[in-house]
Amino acid sequence: MTAVLPDLASYDVDAVRADFPILGREVFGRPLVYLDNASSSQKPRQVLDAERSFVEQHYSNVHRGVHTLSQEATDAYESARSTVAAFLGARREEVVFTKNATEAYNLVAHSFGNAPVGSPFHLGPGDEVCVTEMEHHSNLVPWQMLCERTGATLRWLPLTDDGRLDLTDLDTLVNERTRILAFVHISNILGTANPVDVLVARAREVGAFTLLDGAQSAPHQDVDVTALGVDFFALTGHKMLAPSGIGVLWGRKELLDAMPPFMGGGSMIEVVQMSGSTYAPAPERFEAGTPVISQAVALAAACDYLSAVGLDRIAAHERALTAQLLDGISSLSGVRVIGPDTIEMRGAAVSFAIDDVHPHDVGQSLDELGIAVRVGHHCAFPVCRRYGVAATTRASSYLYNTTAEIDVLLEGIATVQRFWRR
Amino acid sequence: MSNESLYQEIILDHYRNPHHAGLRDPYDIEVHHVNPTCGDEVTLRVQVAGGVVQDVSYDGVGCSISQASTSVMTDLVIGRGVEQAMQTSEAFLALMQSRGQLEPDEDVLEDGIAFAGVSRYPARVKCALLGWMAWKDATAQAVAVSEQGAS
Repeated sequence: MTAVLPDLASYDVDAVRADFPILGREVFGRPLVYLDNASSSQKPRQVLDAERSFVEQHYSNVHRGVHTLSQEATDAYESARSTVAAFLGARREEVVFTKNATEAYNLVAHSFGNAPVGSPFHLGPGDEVCVTEMEHHSNLVPWQMLCERTGATLRWLPLTDDGRLDLTDLDTLVNERTRILAFVHISNILGTANPVDVLVARAREVGAFTLLDGAQSAPHQDVDVTALGVDFFALTGHKMLAPSGIGVLWGRKELLDAMPPFMGGGSMIEVVQMSGSTYAPAPERFEAGTPVISQAVALAAACDYLSAVGLDRIAAHERALTAQLLDGISSLSGVRVIGPDTIEMRGAAVSFAIDDVHPHDVGQSLDELGIAVRVGHHCAFPVCRRYGVAATTRASSYLYNTTAEIDVLLEGIATVQRFWRR
Repeated sequence: MSNESLYQEIILDHYRNPHHAGLRDPYDIEVHHVNPTCGDEVTLRVQVAGGVVQDVSYDGVGCSISQASTSVMTDLVIGRGVEQAMQTSEAFLALMQSRGQLEPDEDVLEDGIAFAGVSRYPARVKCALLGWMAWKDATAQAVAVSEQGAS
């Protein structure tokens, strides 16, 4: 079979850029070069307009009233759910709106923690949760806390020196005692893309649930949760052109309907009596209280925008930029990539270390050149420890970045080296 | 590079040649402080006797601002009375919280005045305070221990 490759030559990055007002601004008198997309992305007019138009014309609370605006707002909110579901290759009842990806992981962890003895979700001493050493704190700390509450044991897949998962002991670390295997699709700090199929296959062998952190994959590539074969998947809106405050937990319907609730309140109930309550099926079961309404509408607009540009084309564009950056770094002495230094099985986030210059100083100096990168431990402390660095500098491109901007960054790195070596 | 307002020559000098660096004996108290937002850390020892800061020694990883600030701090507190050193520490803290609105007193802060520009970069203020906060913590503990011993 011949793969149909997107025509990169026809990818009109200038047209994309024109949709993002902020890309026209300057920092310290220089054109902004925004390469902090793994942290949060910028927003196109289409998303801003969709949210504004909804609030100006149709806003009301949802699922509450019979008046016209209430119905319109409910329609918009539920239509957003359908759009996100289609974006992920899922059914609409399987899409739970959350505040962000962090809340999605906490939702699953707390729900499992609330499960009584005998429930398929119950954990106790002798049970295990497995994660990886490259998890973002959001997909690590909730599992540590769950293990503390239940007496279960946390295990993790270690990393190789070149920034990949070390699967040598996969069959030992994911075993008959493993209840959940929670892992990141694409690492926010290393850029590594993990072999989902291998991990899911092992989890299925032992009957463990799988949860995939899609915060760094859903914005950048076509994701089909059904094809991935996982049980749970999460994303956050602000990294994919939508506002902050909106995220998604996707879960298989039969699991979501059987899981205990996380937060209690309005909307998530079926019948409430003073002595106790019964709960609505998913997704309402996990959306206690007034949800994030206009942000959900904006997330749907972001999904539409990404689909219109084409996720395959976006992925190909980013791949070219990432290859250019990795090539450029490899030709600079005194700069090393923390994570895979080749384009195979990796995303667009590239962490690097400059000899004898602390990342904070790198980031500050690049800022004066108009270049926005992230410095620090990127909410992945254990990864920094694994590679013997206190922090890294991370450049992460997205659909609106250009080859010229990667050149500006590479020149900036050389300028930083000259300044700090004098 | 035009980082002049932030990266003063004094700061770069202290960064490249830090004063009183390394961990030394004897000491009364050792503390370990971290900056959770960036992972920078410092291990710092203090020796106090007769109400005077006899020695401050330290080891750590951090950016130019945190390393230089710790170096400057040791110059400003070693050999001084605890009370006077604490006042200097308060003056430096006030400068860091001033958002560039305070004119630093060179008689009090000496090389510390070079950090005035840092106060305009809120993300870096914690870097500049890392060593100072560790010193303050360790010294307060050392004083408490010596008071317990005296009573």
